[in-house]
Amino acid sequence: MAKKLGRSTYLFEKRPVILSSAAVGGEKERNGPLGKGFDFLDIDDTFGEKSWEQAENRMQQLAMKTALQKAHVKRNDLDLIFAGDLLNQCTGSSYGLKELGVPYLGLYGACSTMAEGLLMAGVYIDAGLAGKAAVSASSHFCSAERQYRFPLEYGSQRPPTSQWTATASAAVILGKKEDLPLDETVWVELVHASAGIIQDPLIRDANNMGAAMAPAAAALFMRYFRESSTAPQDYDRIFTGDLGQIGSELLYSLLARQNIRIGDRHNDCGLLLFDREHQDVHAGGSGAGCCGSVLSAYILPELRAGRLSNVLFLATGALFSPTMVQQGLSIPGIAHLVHLRRCERKEENGC
Amino acid sequence: MDKKLPDTGTYAQMVKKASPGSPAGKNLFFAFLIGGGICAIGELLLLFYQRMGLTADWAAAMVSVTLIGASALLTGLGVYDKIAKLGGAGTLVPITGFANAVVSPALEFKSEGLILGTGVKLFAIAGPVIVYGVTASWCYGIILCLIGQGGMQG
Repeated sequence: MAKKLGRSTYLFEKRPVILSSAAVGGEKERNGPLGKGFDFLDIDDTFGEKSWEQAENRMQQLAMKTALQKAHVKRNDLDLIFAGDLLNQCTGSSYGLKELGVPYLGLYGACSTMAEGLLMAGVYIDAGLAGKAAVSASSHFCSAERQYRFPLEYGSQRPPTSQWTATASAAVILGKKEDLPLDETVWVELVHASAGIIQDPLIRDANNMGAAMAPAAAALFMRYFRESSTAPQDYDRIFTGDLGQIGSELLYSLLARQNIRIGDRHNDCGLLLFDREHQDVHAGGSGAGCCGSVLSAYILPELRAGRLSNVLFLATGALFSPTMVQQGLSIPGIAHLVHLRRCERKEENGC
Repeated sequence: MDKKLPDTGTYAQMVKKASPGSPAGKNLFFAFLIGGGICAIGELLLLFYQRMGLTADWAAAMVSVTLIGASALLTGLGVYDKIAKLGGAGTLVPITGFANAVVSPALEFKSEGLILGTGVKLFAIAGPVIVYGVTASWCYGIILCLIGQGGMQG
């Protein structure tokens, strides 16, 4: 059983292991700096479907099937799926994964869904309630625009603080160390996970999500370092979900007030997925598929290759509802975190 | 917010400082250039239709029809939003912007069918303009009528 440290930080006892991951993306993601790390990239973002919502279903299905294949796991051996996306009723997940016939728990954490799912899967596996579990999260620029903003062809200007919703879906398969092939010498395991608290900084600007999410990220970092008795120096990289440029700067300022400095080892997934200079994404990428696909296309490969060994992955979500904002309410933010570590079979470095 | 975070007032100031504003100079310049360009095309069309022998009233109506048609076509071809990205208010204010606001949801929501999709969502953006435009003209009509300038004359 995981050990509870403080209020909601968990230290896993039987470290859940990441067996495989897959990322699926669209045209902009193909042209971005991480394009080569994706498993499948579509050229017209439709994924062969006739609506954007159905394209998102297909993306979730593709990512999950690819991840299962890569882990050599049959769907009948999967005990649970934790999945979510940005659409009303989370249709990208439920319609995309309904054919699999795997017990399903839907999540809504906006762009924090991947970290929330990893936390849930980790807890389930550690507690012995699931042998192997999967996490899936997606977003599609076109389905998100039409639900949250304007029709695609509507002529409007995006302010510099706005973020670009990634057309991406990621799936991660988790299990126990015994599930790894015997010839596998390197793997990534979950050490800690921490569930965040909703912070509402009273931001009403739907074009400044980074500002809405930064306090949730800062509050969780402060609490996590305290509850886990660790410090930023204990990690060689700290990734945030998709705060973008403005959210990242605000995060540094908020943490600096408590004398916590992460700037020298921090990267934001929204700034890694796209090239801000050339891809016209303003403050950076966002969306539930953004940090998930960066995890699969960049962070996990870097961990396996040994270029990273100890990583914090904190995903943030803006719990934005157009209805609530129209009624004059603000956009609360949430964040969840997992601590990932590279392990080698030879060394037994505490793994 | 968490007690280790600043209060929302302080945070609002931090956000304001960290958030770059829209490039006003550039936006104004392109709004003037593109908006002015659309109006100049309108003037040219007006001269053209008058030269074709239409009366001033008919020529003016034909200018609107032509601009609306062109805007709808460019929206359908996926070009209008790219011009608007640069033009901003310059593409929003002329009648072309109104056409774009009607055609873009018509295209976007056709996946939900002709009635519940296109039909229901057609005026999702332009609707308020029509509602309050008609209401305003109704109010002005009443005022004109009361001060004796309107109504059936001649």
